Amino acid sequence: MLDLMEKSDVTGVQQSAQNQTGVPYLTIRDLTKRFGEFVALDSIDLEIFEGEFVCFLGPSGCGKTTLLRAIAGLDIQNEGSIDQAGRDVSVLPPAERDFGIVFQSYALFPNLTIHKNIAYGLENKGTGRRDIDDKVAGLLELVGLSAQAQKYPAQLSGGQQQRVALARAIATRPGLLLLDEPLSALDAKVRGHLRHEIKELQRKLGVTTIMVTHDQEEALTMADRIVVMNHGVIEQVGTPFDIYRNPASPFVADFIGTMNFVPGTLQDSHRVDMQGVALACDPEKIYSDGQEVLVAFRPEDLVVCERDERENCFAATILGMEFLGSFYRADLEIVTGQGRFVVRADFSINLIRREALGVGQEIHVALRTGVISVYPAPQAGEQG
Amino acid sequence: MSELSLSGAPVKPLKPKVSRDDWAMRGFMVMIGLYLLVTLALPLYAMLSKSLENRDGDFVGLANYVEYFSTPALFNSIGNSITISLVTTLITVTLAFWFAYGLTRSCMPFKRTFRMLAMVPILVPSLLPGIGLIYMFGNQGYMKELLLGQSIYGPLGIVIAEVFFTFPHALLIIMTALSIADGRLYEAASALRASRSKVFRTVTLPGARYGLISAAFVVFTLVITDFGAPKVIGGQYNVLAVDIYKQVIGQQNFSMGAVVSVILLIPAIMAFAVDRRVQKKQVALLSARAVPYAPKRNRVLDVGMTLYCGAIILIILLILGTCQYAALVKFWPYNLELGLQHYNFDIVDGGGWEAYGNSIRMALWTAFVGTAVIFVGAYMVEKGRGFDEGRGLFQFFAMMPMAVPGMVLGLAYIFFFNNPDNPFNFLYGTMAILVICTITHFYTVAHLTAMTALKQMDKEFEAVSQSLKQPFYKTFFRVTVPVCSPAILEIAVYLFVNAMTTVSAVVFIYGTSTQLASVSVLNMDDAGDIAPAAAMGMMIFYTNAVARLVHLGASWLLEKRTQAWRVK
Repeated sequence: MLDLMEKSDVTGVQQSAQNQTGVPYLTIRDLTKRFGEFVALDSIDLEIFEGEFVCFLGPSGCGKTTLLRAIAGLDIQNEGSIDQAGRDVSVLPPAERDFGIVFQSYALFPNLTIHKNIAYGLENKGTGRRDIDDKVAGLLELVGLSAQAQKYPAQLSGGQQQRVALARAIATRPGLLLLDEPLSALDAKVRGHLRHEIKELQRKLGVTTIMVTHDQEEALTMADRIVVMNHGVIEQVGTPFDIYRNPASPFVADFIGTMNFVPGTLQDSHRVDMQGVALACDPEKIYSDGQEVLVAFRPEDLVVCERDERENCFAATILGMEFLGSFYRADLEIVTGQGRFVVRADFSINLIRREALGVGQEIHVALRTGVISVYPAPQAGEQG
Repeated sequence: MSELSLSGAPVKPLKPKVSRDDWAMRGFMVMIGLYLLVTLALPLYAMLSKSLENRDGDFVGLANYVEYFSTPALFNSIGNSITISLVTTLITVTLAFWFAYGLTRSCMPFKRTFRMLAMVPILVPSLLPGIGLIYMFGNQGYMKELLLGQSIYGPLGIVIAEVFFTFPHALLIIMTALSIADGRLYEAASALRASRSKVFRTVTLPGARYGLISAAFVVFTLVITDFGAPKVIGGQYNVLAVDIYKQVIGQQNFSMGAVVSVILLIPAIMAFAVDRRVQKKQVALLSARAVPYAPKRNRVLDVGMTLYCGAIILIILLILGTCQYAALVKFWPYNLELGLQHYNFDIVDGGGWEAYGNSIRMALWTAFVGTAVIFVGAYMVEKGRGFDEGRGLFQFFAMMPMAVPGMVLGLAYIFFFNNPDNPFNFLYGTMAILVICTITHFYTVAHLTAMTALKQMDKEFEAVSQSLKQPFYKTFFRVTVPVCSPAILEIAVYLFVNAMTTVSAVVFIYGTSTQLASVSVLNMDDAGDIAPAAAMGMMIFYTNAVARLVHLGASWLLEKRTQAWRVK
């Protein structure tokens, strides 16, 4: 278990290193966008490399769509620059940039057939009718809709429409593909399937892709790198593994996956006192001793153990259990000399059966040093 | 974060580059905006300054206004106009509300027929109901006894004619308001065992209140600015719109005509401003996710509503039928033999059959040119990028015509275009100026129809098209126009019908070679040739009825051809 994790940690590093060599394809510098008084994007800096699949992830209103629209030239920023493929495109209108785009609504032309929708961008470019037809046929095959060529968008399912929009966007072979919440209008089953398909297509074409999403699962499964945004600023940029395992801020930790936050005090650079539970930890940043902190760990990282069998082991009582399909989420009450607090823990069905766990039972749980994150405690009045 | 922001250099705000498409779209918008400036704002300004001049064109300040308010024969019209408008508003809105209630909340039969026939008054000039009333209740009217000695010439006649004329306008608005009712509210009310009258007071009326207010303002504005009905049947009862006509055509007192126009503008603009605010609230009401209300059978209500709506339709048809009958009768009321001699328009004053031909030409030009101009203008203002101040100004210009009464617009045209120093003077007396005036006069409603249709289109079509490096006009012709074709047809037929029936604006600016059918109804009636006036009025009605039928057929064909992609 331990080995496996470290291995994937290493591959994650390798992957990003391989991607991030050389000159970035897209460079965003100091980009600010205001709507009246409201600052939608606050001096954003970001580099995206050729062939990368990048996800902008964040809650609604975080500025992720605004950033995408600035990159497309649809809503040009107030300040800052955007370089694409060595060219300064900061103030250019959309038609003078190089991108294909798929909107949440797909924006398929309702009165044109699927064939004509896909051919739309190929026309007026000096390409012959026959060449256009060949290209469209190829694209239709690529997205598996050859039989639907003569139908109208309204006659297709949502997933099919989505693929038409994708085919139309890549028809002109743009250097950059922008996807604005492309899957959010679909139901869960179709979404899972298309997720895989889009990723495959992107890999096949090697086109640099930016996708905006508020769905963390989508971002984790599809992206090479994730850009987590909140309140118009970038909270963290990293591989999905990085973002999940080493969230840079409590916001990222909370937004992606589930996280327990318990107030604590830092003893020294390797020990923290979590409301009376002493834990060994390995914080990335060195804070001053005695500082108030937030101790964070994921529910799945709590491991049931025998008393004092492992490091960071402490006693807890099961307050309640919620059945979530493949596992149970348990509320654990921890009572110490300083008071009591409750954390969540995920236990597999097998474990529950094997250990015969039940509500009211007292157990021992442990936390591996590497899974504990420590953040400075929020100041009074600051949002957690 | 970055070194750049730390350097402390002041950051220059970026200036987006304006693409060739942007320039082109703004160019079109500015052109149409200038069109509105020249055909609306400048003439109104000319009129305003004329009201401050004497007959010789010297500036006299407010002297004309002082004269106006010291002449009871003139300022009494203000009270008259307001009285007539208020009374008509009350009657029309009440009648139209119950008619709309029958159409939307009962299970009465013939709903479609009733609805269609209730729209008939829109197809005739407002002069026509007055003529019908003269034959019914005038000195030789066949139902004169019903009035018990009262005279139809005066406020009574005006109000009846105006109710006829404004009924469909009120009905359309109130019906829209009633048909967006939320069925769940009614289910909740009946689950709480509320009585029928309580449901009506607590659910139906509040739901329709914006519609009722809006309808009231529309009717009020229509009546206070209407010229046709009081002209024909008003007798000695003076109202503002007719005063303008009398001052200008009768006494050649243009300055006083301008003064009356300015006074008439005030209530019209006020009513318009209030209505716009109410309309916005109505839209907010619409956006709620509601379950449509489905009326249940109720014998008493259904029979009662059938009788009520039937009676109203009968009255509408009776007034119209009387006009047609009178137009065919040889010599009312002495020789009731039927014949077509009154259709020999060429032997009476008013322009004859040529005027009818002119009207059709004018209406067709208005429909074609007007639809193109208005739709293109709406597209540029709705789908253009940047240039927000320009777009806002354009939107303001496009809304203005609604607040300007036809008489005022027509008079303003005299002052502006008949000025020899005006470079557009060559237009005066031509067919072109009639078309221009009519397009401007009816601009707002057509513009709003176009905007509604455009707003319903995915706002990302243009963005997608730009990303595919296609010019805007390709999207416009290949996507926007086909998708909006029902609205475009609707605008065209609206302009056609109104161009056929309008009198108020064009009465001041037609020339000897550009007489119009609607104006000839007025002139024949003025000359005492009432039967030919009725005959011509009915010709306008039949022409508009055919136009509506053609529209219906075209819509049906369109729907059939496009149903493959319109399915939702």
